[in-house]
Parts: sequence; structure tokens; C-alpha cells
Amino acid sequence: MRIAYIAVILFLVTLGSVVFNFTTPFHFDAIGSNWNLIDITVYITFVICGVAFVVLGLLMAWWVYKFQYQEGKFAEYEPENAKLESRLTIITTIGVVVMLAPGLVAWNDYIRPPSDAYELEVYSKQWKWSYRFPGADGVFGAAHNKYVEFENPFGMKPGDPYGEDDILITSGTVKIPVDRPVKVLLRSEDVLHDFWVPAIRAKMDAVPGMVTYFWFEPIVERVYEVLCAELCGRGHHSMRGEMHVVSMDEYRTWLNDQVTWAGLKAGAVPLSPEAAQGRDIANDKGCFACHSTDGSVETGPSWLDIWGGTVELDNGTTRVRDEAYIRKSILDPHAEIVLGFSATMTPADVTEEELQSIMDFIKVLKSEPAEPEIEDEATSVESSSDVETTPSPTEQQPQENP
Amino acid sequence: MATVEVPYQETVPLHHPKTWIGKYIFSQDHKIIAVQYGVTAMAVGLVALILSEFMRIQIAFPGVLPFFTADHYYQAITMHGMIMVIYLLTAFLLGAFGNFCVPLMCGARDMVFPFVNMLSYWVYLLSVIILMVSYFVPGGPTGAGWTLYPPQTITAGTPGFDWGIATMLISLAVFIVAFTMGGLNYITTILQARTRGLTLMRMPLTVWGIFIATFLGLIAFPALFVSAVMMLLDNFLGTSFFMPAIVSLGQKLEYSGGQPLLFQHLFWFFGHPEVYIVALPAFGVISDLISVHARKNIFGYRMMVWAIVAIGVLSLIVWAHHMYVAGMHPSFGFFFATTTLIIAVPTALKVYNWILTLWRANIRITVPMLFALAFVLTFIVGGITGLFLGNVIIDIPLSDTYFVVAHFHMVMGVSPILAIFGGIYHWYPKLTGRMLNDTIGRVHFYFTFIGTYAIYFPMHYLGFIGVPRRYYHTEIADFYPLAAHNLNKFITIAALIVGVSQILFIYNLVHSYFKGKKAPANPWGANSLEWCTPETPPRHGNWEDRLPTVHRWAYDFGVPGEEKDHIPQTVPRRKAS
Repeated sequence: MRIAYIAVILFLVTLGSVVFNFTTPFHFDAIGSNWNLIDITVYITFVICGVAFVVLGLLMAWWVYKFQYQEGKFAEYEPENAKLESRLTIITTIGVVVMLAPGLVAWNDYIRPPSDAYELEVYSKQWKWSYRFPGADGVFGAAHNKYVEFENPFGMKPGDPYGEDDILITSGTVKIPVDRPVKVLLRSEDVLHDFWVPAIRAKMDAVPGMVTYFWFEPIVERVYEVLCAELCGRGHHSMRGEMHVVSMDEYRTWLNDQVTWAGLKAGAVPLSPEAAQGRDIANDKGCFACHSTDGSVETGPSWLDIWGGTVELDNGTTRVRDEAYIRKSILDPHAEIVLGFSATMTPADVTEEELQSIMDFIKVLKSEPAEPEIEDEATSVESSSDVETTPSPTEQQPQENP
Repeated sequence: MATVEVPYQETVPLHHPKTWIGKYIFSQDHKIIAVQYGVTAMAVGLVALILSEFMRIQIAFPGVLPFFTADHYYQAITMHGMIMVIYLLTAFLLGAFGNFCVPLMCGARDMVFPFVNMLSYWVYLLSVIILMVSYFVPGGPTGAGWTLYPPQTITAGTPGFDWGIATMLISLAVFIVAFTMGGLNYITTILQARTRGLTLMRMPLTVWGIFIATFLGLIAFPALFVSAVMMLLDNFLGTSFFMPAIVSLGQKLEYSGGQPLLFQHLFWFFGHPEVYIVALPAFGVISDLISVHARKNIFGYRMMVWAIVAIGVLSLIVWAHHMYVAGMHPSFGFFFATTTLIIAVPTALKVYNWILTLWRANIRITVPMLFALAFVLTFIVGGITGLFLGNVIIDIPLSDTYFVVAHFHMVMGVSPILAIFGGIYHWYPKLTGRMLNDTIGRVHFYFTFIGTYAIYFPMHYLGFIGVPRRYYHTEIADFYPLAAHNLNKFITIAALIVGVSQILFIYNLVHSYFKGKKAPANPWGANSLEWCTPETPPRHGNWEDRLPTVHRWAYDFGVPGEEKDHIPQTVPRRKAS
């Protein structure tokens, strides 16, 4: 009898898959939230499916080896076997029920946030994460994409008293307290996004025009990288943020330092007419989707302090950021890539006047004169005093955790 | 049969073409149309293959292709996905196999509407040309991902948001016209033009698979058609079907009140049945290949038929399992997780029956059989990973990761393509009158099977560590361990080897056409009608003046007490004594 290589291959592939499964370093990231039930359901599914795979794969390999062609031999003639078929149906159904049941139980938990969960809004836009806390009154102010302006990045409804004390975080980093359930509300300014931290397990799309949600309870103090999991355009891969799970004390201290909507409005910096025009043009052209003006790293390099500075390129050289460099980076962005970034930008479609105007704006983006704005007293006074006196998400938290 | 009706096509005259162009170009012969569909689908499939190699190189070795920007990457994933799903798999399994198999296996002279059948191919070709035009319009093809989710599809942050998306949507609409013309033909032919004696429950499973898949297509594709039209209206006339008030890259757009989820529902109402539009014909082909080459009747034929029907019906009510994290009403999760896992039961039964067919069989390890066996294994992997993703809570951490990429490539890429290869190796002798080279076929098989398995099996595990799909660049990330980069390099090298090894297949097809061994009329000893034609390859009209008469099912292998180990469907049953 000729050796059936395919039988050997089927055997090795089945066995190799099992070996790979047990030796691979790639498993779920250590869980950082309450969603153990997800991991358990995955584990049950893994066992049932793994057994089915091994049994079927090995049977196939064995029978292909055993029942090879022999001249003159007849196969067994058995068109049907109702008993066997109904037994297999029952076994499969049982397997399916055992996998589905814990899944549905977990889903039931997943869609019902506990009543003591505080709310955090994740506001997404191409290609950055921002965050909003409801502030001292514990109620989010109304917001809608139609109100979005450069000075009103969350689309806060003008005149809504609930919005004044909302705490707005635009730096891309959010801190949340450990061991406290949080209901994450998701909004989008433009396209679909998906707020995702692998170790938390939970995720949900942000959909423009509606508010979606999910909840979790972080159990490990750690810094997590936030990813976007739903394709959102050419900067999708670089839409990152950070979520710090910290102690309650650290969280409160941090939150007190954040700016409120009222504070943001009061602290707006007047720009020269030329620079303001440049900023509006840059906004219209979508520059701020990738380039921050406050030094935070997004899809592209921040514009803060770049005029006149030096920069390291990805080819290992260093380059002075003079006017020629800035001009080239806008018109032919792939010619020189800054170290740590990728060729994502499309050449900007700007006239010479618009280009000059944008550069007028870039010139004024210096960290030194910007310092007093951040220190603006209206901001810090209001946010800190309010948080002290009224029930806020920070205050609502009863210390019932053991 | 109690009454022997005269088959419809025996009563109508057949008009033979008089010119070379009528015979081979604007041909109404279903076999020529099958070849036209097949060659076009393979050509456009090669484009998709090359795009995928570019993507793999970018993922594993960023910077090696300096011209390959983020825009190019996102355009490549979009075009690759759409080409593979629609223009290769759907077109090949229904356009090529459907056209070749349906009339021959039904004992018909041709499709019932040969002229419409010819139009179907030319309209399909037009849709392919429009799709390829995408690469030459300003801004290039759309980079919205093959799912084309609005609002990003038509907003400025996405490559090809103005011209590229228009050519894509128009091409899809044109394809659906072509599919509808072909599909109506398959259904009508199967229902009306079966020869005498061929009852539905005697039909080969290939025909059953194509039959139900075509029904699904005719129900599902209109949903894609209307969503394409609505999106074109949103893009060019400023309607707001799918578009809420948004601010795109700093600019307020005029839209308001639309619902992005509406598109997703429409898309997946098409998109999920689409999986089975591809899978059911593949199931049918594999059932026939396994039975013929194992020299044994397919186990549980009636169960196989009802499983196809059940899967077809259920596939229409599972679509939102693609949308567990989309933000739809959370209660839907219960319903769609349940229906999705129920569909696993008939699907699993099909797998059991394929494997049980091997039990006490007399297996000839031919090249088509190799592909069929590999199909079963890859389909098991793709099927059980579907049980992960169909279970709503497991989908939460795994959706939009490489687990999903690996799952759908295994179940909807590798498996149907193995079925297509198996089918080609199986039917090529009947189509051309020549045998394909056996050795080249085996080498091609091992490269393809082991190579694709090496690509996609480990890829699932990248999903567990949380590697998101559709990332142009992963170098600058904390979440990405070094081992994952190494695995990516391994996968890319495997993908390059698999890609290059397809040259063997193309060489085999072309070389054997001219130099291959002459094929006997029935080289595999099969029973279904296509192997009973008076000539090989069958001429226009397939049969003599009288159409064949069917006396039995297509799976009489190893019948006890018979001389030969197979009995073709045309052989009368012995009188019971």
C-alpha cells in the first residue's frame, strides 16, 4: 500500500495546531477589569471546539490512511444511518448550548451597567480621543455636533447651565479610579470609532448622531494604551490615547487640575488677526485631525514649538525646521518623515496665500507665551472650588469597597 | 418514474453559432460563458493576490515599500476584500461552476435563457472594468474598507472618498445586475430544464448548493444595491440616508439626521448571506468530490440537502452578528447570538457527513481529493472560530482584531478557494478534453494548503493579544510585543511563497490545455450526468437529439452485487426480482 502523504500531513497539521496552541506566547493580555466571565466563556468555547477539532482532524487523517484505494475493493454501501445522524445532532446541540448559555449570561451583565457606576464620556474624532466628566453637578451638559467649533471642541450647547462645570480633557490621557464601575458613553464628531483597551476586554463603537455605551470596572492600577478598533480613515492606526487606572486619591487630585467648560471659555487666548486667519484655514483643511497645537503627540507631530527648532528624521539625520522645511512638509509631506511617525499625510491642497497664513499661525505657537493661559486663574479656581462643594462623580463614590 | 415527461429543452430547437465570434466571444454556450467567467475572475483575483502581498510586506517589513503610503494600504485592503468576496469568489463559484455544472448536471442542453446568460457575463466584465477604473480616477480607489461603512466612506479623511467610492458603488450595482441575470437563469434551469427522471432529490449536491446560493443571492444582493444607490445619493445629491450632522476634519458638513447603522444593517443583510452564497456551492462541490474520489456514496444525502436548505434559511436571520460592537440596541445580541449558534448545527452535520463518507471508503488520493480533504480541515478551523465570534460576549474582545481576519480568511478565503481548485482539477478534463499534470497539481496543492494554513492558523492568536486589524503601521505601539512582529514576518514569508506557487497552477492550466494527456470521457469514474456526455469536451447542446434519462441518484458507488464500483445516473435500475 502506497503511503498516503496527505494522511500524514493532516495528522501533523492537527497535532501541530495543538502544539502551537500550548506553546504560543500569544494569549489574552492579563485581565484588567471585572470581565472574567468573558474569559471563562472563551475558555469553555476553546475546550469544546478544541476537542471537536482534534477528534475530527485525527479521524480524517486516520481514515484517509486506513481506507486507501485498492483495486477491486468496494466501499461499504450505507446511504444513511438515521440513528447516528440524530445522535450527532444531539451532541452538537448540547455543545452549542453549553457555549451559548454562559455567553448570554455574560452579555446580560454587559448591557446593564450597575446603578453605582459613574459616567465618563469618550469623545472621538479623526484621529484623537478626548474625554468629558459631568463635573460638579453630576450631569452632562447637552452637546451636539452642530455646535462644534475650534473653540468648542466637544460641541457643548451654548447656554446650557449643566455644561458649565463639565470637565473637558483634550490631551488624550484620561485617569480613572480603580475598583469603581464606570459607564463609558461614546460620541463621535465625524465617523465610526471604537474605544478599546485590550486588557479591559470591553469595547463599543462610537457612532456619530447617537450615544453608545459599555461599562467595566478596572481592577488593576496600570497605564493602558487606548486603541481605535474601527477603521476611521487614513489616520486610524495612529489614533491612540492613554487610560491610567489610579488610586482614588490620585484620580481626585488629577481631576481637580482639569479645566471645565466655563474655564476653557474664559481662558481662550486672543490671537493676532493673521494668526487667527491661519488657524481657521488650518482647521478648514483638517490639519488638526493629526497635528495638535498643545504639544500632545497625535497622528502627526505637534505644531507647538516647531518653528525654528530642530528635528530628528526617520532616516537618522537631523534637520532644522526653517520655513523651507515647513513649506515642504505641507506640500510634499512624504519627502521627510519625522522619527516615530509614518507616511500618512496627503499633500495639502493650499494656495500660496493660505500656506503663508498657516505658517503665520505656526510661528506663534510657542510654549513660553502660552504658559500663562494654562495657569489662567478662572480655570483652576472654578473647577477646584466646585468639585470641593457639590456632589460630583468623585464625591458620589461611597467608600464601600473592602 | 410513473410518467416520463418530455424535457422542455428537447422540444425547442438549438441555434448553433455560425461565426468564430459567435462561438467563442459573444457565445451563448454555457460552457464558454463558464470559461469567460472563470478566466475573468482569476485575472481579477490575481490583482487581489498582488495587493495582499503588498499589504503583507507593509505589515511585516514597514519601510521596505517606501511608495506604499497609508492611503495605498487602506485602498489595498478595500480592493482586496471586495475583489475576493464579490468579483472572484461569487463570480467563480456561481458564474463559472454554476454555468458549467448546472446545465450539464441537469441533463439540459443549455441554460433556459442563453442570451440573458451571455449578457450576464458581459455585464459582469463591465463591472470589473469599472472597478479597475478606480485606480485611474483622481484620488484613486476608495480606502473605506470593503464594508464601506459611512460616514467615513464619503468624508475627506478617507482616500478615494469622492471618485473612488463612486466607481466602487457603480461597479457593485452593475455586478448585481449581472448576478441577477445569471441567477434567474440558474434557478429557472434547475426548476424547469432538468431532464426526465432527475427529481430534486436525485440532484447532485453541487447543483443543490448552487440552487440555494442563488436564491440567497437574489434575496440578499438587492439590499446591497439599494445601499449603494442611497450612498451615491448621499455623496452626490446631499441626501442624508446614512449621514448625521458631522464635522469632518474641521468642516461642518450639510448632512443631518441620517443613521450610519442603517447602512450596516443593509450591508450585512447582504453580507451575511453572501458568506453562504460562497460557501453553499463550495459545500456542494466538496460533497461531490469526496464521494466520487472516495468511491463511496455521500453519507446522509437527504440530511445534506436539508442542511443546505436550513443553512440558507437561517443565514437570512443572523446578519447582525457582524454588528455586536456597532452600537445597535443591545437586546439584539441575544437574538443574533442564538440564531448564529443554531446555524452551527446543520453546518457541523455537513462536516460530520463528509468525514463519515471516508469511513470504509475506497479512497483514491487524486489531486481533487487532496483539495477536498484540505477544505474539510480548513473549514473545521474556520467554522469553530465562527463559534467564538458568533457568541456575542466573546465577540466583544475579539471583534476588529486579527482573530476576525484569520477566521474569515480561513472560512471564506482559504476554504472556498480550495474548493475552487478542487473543482477545477476535477472538471478540467471534461471542459477541455485534457488531463491536468498530476505532479504539478500535487506540488501546487501542498504549497497552497500548508502555506495558507501557516498564514492563518497562527494569525488567530495575534487577535488574542489584541492586535487590531486594518492598521497601516504597528511599529509605534506599546501593545505589540516583539514576538508578534516576528510572527508577522513569518506570515508574510508564507504568504509570498503561497502567492508565487500559484504560478504552478496557471502554468498547469495553460500547458495542459495544449500538451496535456488526452482525457477519457469519465476519468474519475463519476456518476453524475456531466460525465455521460457523448463527446468530451461536450459540444454546443451537450447531448444527442434525445436528452439523457436519469434512473438513480448520483452516488451509487460500491453498490453490493454490481460489477463496477460505480453506476452512472443514466443506467436503468434492475427490476426488483
